[in-house]
Parts: sequence; C-alpha cells; structure tokens
Amino acid sequence: MPRPVQYNITDKPLESPIGMVEGPPGFTGEGFFASKLSDVVGLARKNSIWPLPFATSCCGIEFMALMGSHYDLARFGSERVSFSPRQCDLLMVMGTIAKKMAPIVKQVYLQMAEPRWVLAMGACASSGGIFDTYSVLQGIDQIIPVDVYVPGCPPRPEAVLDGFMKVQDLVGKESLRRRNSERYKELMESYGIQ
Amino acid sequence: MALSNEIIKRKLSEKFGEELTGWEEPYNMLTFSSQKDLNLKVLQFLYDDTELQFRFLTDLCAVHYPQKKGEELAVVYHLHNLVDNFRIRFKVYTDINNPDVFSATALYAAANWMERETFDFYGVNFIGHPNLKRILNVDDMEYFPMRKEFPLEDQTRLDKDDEMFGRN
Repeated sequence: MPRPVQYNITDKPLESPIGMVEGPPGFTGEGFFASKLSDVVGLARKNSIWPLPFATSCCGIEFMALMGSHYDLARFGSERVSFSPRQCDLLMVMGTIAKKMAPIVKQVYLQMAEPRWVLAMGACASSGGIFDTYSVLQGIDQIIPVDVYVPGCPPRPEAVLDGFMKVQDLVGKESLRRRNSERYKELMESYGIQ
Repeated sequence: MALSNEIIKRKLSEKFGEELTGWEEPYNMLTFSSQKDLNLKVLQFLYDDTELQFRFLTDLCAVHYPQKKGEELAVVYHLHNLVDNFRIRFKVYTDINNPDVFSATALYAAANWMERETFDFYGVNFIGHPNLKRILNVDDMEYFPMRKEFPLEDQTRLDKDDEMFGRN
C-alpha cells in the first residue's frame, strides 16, 4: 500500500481505458474546425515537452524511477529525454546545486531555445534544503527563473508527475505573446539574461 | 627490523633533539610537532632516512584552535611508510595572523592539491607552492569557511528567520 499522499487519496475513476487529449474548444462545421491558434499551439506544446534532466543527487534517482515503466513519464508525451539543451523545452533541475555548479546550470538554461520552462525538483533545488551552508546554492531561483517547484526530500515520482502536469498546464495556457512582453523581459533582466 | 614508535622517536630525537615536542601516542599512532620553520627538515629526514623512509603522504590538512593564542592553526601531516606499513602523524602550529608554512610539494607531489585545499578552507599560506589558489570552493569566495569565526550557514539568505530555527 503506498503512503497516502494527495496524489493517491482522491479516488479518480478512469474515464476510459485509453487516455486521450481533449481537443481545444472551437467551432466545428462540415469539413472544418475553427479554434484559436494559441490553443492549438498550446495543445501541441504541452503534450510533447522534451525534458532535460539536470540530476545531481538522490532526486535524480527518483527521476529514473519516473522515467521507468512503472511511473512512465512517456505517457505525458515526454518519451524523449534529451541531453542536448538546444532541443529541450523543460529543464528539470533535480538535486543539490553547489555554488560551483551554479554557472553550469545557468549556461545550460541559456543554451535552451525559447520557449523554455524550468522545474525545480526537491527541497535542495528549490531552497537549498537541509544544506544551509556556505557551499550550496540556496535555491536555483537565485540564478534562473523557475516555473514549478516540487516539494519533497526527495519527492515521490507521483509528486514529480503532479509537478509535470502543472508545467503542462502552464505550457498549454501560455499566451503566444508572453515571451515578447515587457514583464518577461524584466524578469529575464533581473537574472542578468538579456 | 620492523619499525616501532620507540625506534622512530629515538631516531628523531637523535637528529632534532629538543626541537620536537608534543609527543603523543593516541591509538598507538605516534604524533609529534615542531616549530613551523622546521617542517621541511623533519619531513625530509623522515623521507630520506633508510630505515624510516616515510615516502607516502596520506593526508595533509589543518585544524583551527581559536583558543590557542599564537598557534591557532595546526597543519597536520599524515605519513606512511609503505615498506613496513607504518604510519605517523606530524603537526606544526602557526599564528593565524601570519599563516606562512613552507610547502611540501617539492618532497611529496601529493601535497599539491592537499595544500590547495588547506589554503582554500583555512587560509594557510604555503610558501613555495607552485599554484596556490582555491580548489574546491568558488573562486570569488572572500573568506576561509572552515575557520571557526565564520558561521556555517549561507549568509546570503534573507528568507530564513533565525528565531524560527532556534538561532539568534
């Protein structure tokens, strides 16, 4: 019996044996379907996120379980875990980031093409965790902007799946203009990224 | 003839006399110390002597004793005789305001990185080291984190309320 956490105590009946992604709301007629471009782009993006695992410690081991057949992140369209930042959409930082490692995380982030998202997995990546010490970065949000934080030490794979679905939500609902907005530029500038 | 603590102590005393002090044998490991400007002479003797031949530097590190005025920093050498499988420990003490100690890199190549580490964490200035710069910490760190006057915690955080963590 798994430990009761919010991901498994709420009983969710299966809607159908095979999960299918809902289409965006739109207007259907004979031979055509009209919808918003942003909805279609969001739908395509959120179901084909390529994660880049940046795993430095025990959270990385949980991530390996997540990629394995039991939890199977591939169900969410992330079959392809890429180790090339230039082709990835989601940077998953998992584990303690030492201050000496910080420039490397930032470089990996800079090498990713827009639009890009970041998920901080576990207490260490989110806040430094138990390592409140001179050599450890106190949360990766000191060097790069983070979209979703997954709490836990380490989080269970279900928790990462939940975080991943939160990322999918963000990706699906993101306005196509967000990355050109002043506010986004300000955010990037606050991290010294132009 | 196999080595023993008595033989080593006798040979060192014949050579250096009263210069070596602090003889101890915690857990049967011979430990002694000398003035810091003698460290290379002692190490060289331990290395060259045909009977002692301590030719392997197992470890080199420092210890900070804030209460010992004038000899706050101890530099500790762990030496190993690989022929007789025998180990000893040798210490020199230095003033924290003048932490200059001669580098053992000419004698033991292994001392290179260990002295860099000792410099990195304690600020011991090894004279004669070929490349004395930080090795483990970030290059722009401005202090020596293992010295006891510096708190362990990261001082850049603003979101941690010390009272909630039982600190003040």
